Amino acid sequence: MKNKKTSSALAYIVLTLIAIIFVIPLLWVFVASFDANATQVLKMPEHFTLTNYQEVITDRGNQQAFLNGLFLSGGQTILVVLFSLLAAYPLSRFPLKNKQKLLMTILFMTSLPITAVMVPVYQLFTFFNLTDSLVGTLLFLTASSLPFGIWMMKNFMDGVPIELEESAWIDGASKLSTLYKVIVPLMKSGMYTVAIFTFIGSWGNFFVPYILLSSPKKLPASVTLFQFFGQYGYAAYGQLAAYSVLYMLPTFILYYFSQNHMSKGFNMGGAAKG
Amino acid sequence: MQNHQNRPQKRKTKNRQMFKQAAWFLTPSLLLLLIFFIGPIIMTLFFSFTNLSLTGVAAQNIQFVGFQNFVQLFKDPKFFSSFKNTLIFLLFSGIIGQQVLGFLLAVLMKNKHKAFRKIVGGTVMAGWVTPELIVAIIFVSFLHDGGTLNRFMAGLQLQPISWLFTFPMVSVVVANIWQGSALSMLMFQSALDGIPNDIEDAAKIDGATAWQRMWKITIPMIKSTIFTNLVIITLSTLGVFTLLYTMTGGGPSGATSTLPVLMYEQAFVNYQLGYGTAISLIILGIGIILSLGYIRLLKTED
Repeated sequence: MKNKKTSSALAYIVLTLIAIIFVIPLLWVFVASFDANATQVLKMPEHFTLTNYQEVITDRGNQQAFLNGLFLSGGQTILVVLFSLLAAYPLSRFPLKNKQKLLMTILFMTSLPITAVMVPVYQLFTFFNLTDSLVGTLLFLTASSLPFGIWMMKNFMDGVPIELEESAWIDGASKLSTLYKVIVPLMKSGMYTVAIFTFIGSWGNFFVPYILLSSPKKLPASVTLFQFFGQYGYAAYGQLAAYSVLYMLPTFILYYFSQNHMSKGFNMGGAAKG
Repeated sequence: MQNHQNRPQKRKTKNRQMFKQAAWFLTPSLLLLLIFFIGPIIMTLFFSFTNLSLTGVAAQNIQFVGFQNFVQLFKDPKFFSSFKNTLIFLLFSGIIGQQVLGFLLAVLMKNKHKAFRKIVGGTVMAGWVTPELIVAIIFVSFLHDGGTLNRFMAGLQLQPISWLFTFPMVSVVVANIWQGSALSMLMFQSALDGIPNDIEDAAKIDGATAWQRMWKITIPMIKSTIFTNLVIITLSTLGVFTLLYTMTGGGPSGATSTLPVLMYEQAFVNYQLGYGTAISLIILGIGIILSLGYIRLLKTED
């Protein structure tokens, strides 16, 4: 009994240490963003200020960059959820012939590193005259996260009992309206999970817009922040930190408010897989 | 069920109808995947055997050059060091770092106080939610000559270290572990929750030590999760570009240049697209070989 207590206490200590180690690097960015004389070191600000934020927010270019990012990530999230929901339906419900093969292909595509296709994608974009096009970039981003979206969505849908739909079919409802009226309300957690995964991944994506977009007016926040980091990163630490916090904020807020959906979704996905 | 014995004709038309419907549902996804995903992969295969270039004569006039890009690759010392760096980064930050830390967190957090789990889990999740670029920014600051870590070491009377110059690979490995461990933690948590308590209790009564229970019960029971996690981590770590590019730029003098970083340099800085796609193909190849290897490993274990 005593042994069990000490091992449990040890676990608490180790976990607390890990948590502290995890939080320190991140803490710097929040504290420094309010510091008038911020450096690279984590320290209590002597002069608390909001000027760093003010300067980042009032900059026209930065505002544009956030809007661009919102367009790309928001658009991608909506398209991925919509398309993967549609694609998941026959994959989950119909006894199609080569379904298993198709599913394995999708799972395989899920895992392919996007980085490795960027060079030919750039070539494809020059060929179709799509370079520096926000819509083109949006479509590529959508395609890149579709395999994952379809895979997750299909697993979530497998968890929704088919009996409910069958009674709707007997009542003469079409497949599309059953999907919308019966399945969608029952797999909201799954849809949120796919949406959050997609948005967080997209908002954090630097490489794709960095390669496919070039005019300053079209760049999303991820790329402009990188440029800021390269130009002023070693001088204006306060502003860099404030910019970073503003850029991280959407993903953190989104994650915070959807935690419950996420863990429910995750369990659902896990259960369906096993 | 009765249908498919008695009325084959009707079943056939029903099948065709269903196939048509399925096609409609799948069309938007398949179209996008075909154009923007499968197309480029096929292009990778093709372009890696050409002299495709962004500028100059080769930009207009693509020529088939056979294995020349690959011959050039294997002669290039930069390729070998990037290849080696990729494997080191993969092994230490992904396979060992994220997987082991994620597992450790999940095991230690099992049956702990709920609020405590939430706080610890939350700090680890924060890494996962943080965009790669920010991870680079905060770790550059943290490991900087005048950064938090060196200040802390000075407090312990230790000499300051230029982490990013003296131990660049360690620095990027640590940053990547910080970012990625949450996913392993989540996967292992949900797998551990799936192990019924009475199995462990029975083993406890039989006198099995915690260590034995871990190796004889827990690990075999979550084997499929370990496998899935390994594959996901391997392939996502293989593709890491942003963290490395923004944190160290692949430097100092190529010390953290992995294959994706080299690919970027060759294709978009030196404008050698054909050469760049040859590197892409190698990245894809490593991913496919490792995945198949894992599957093999898992099968022989059964």
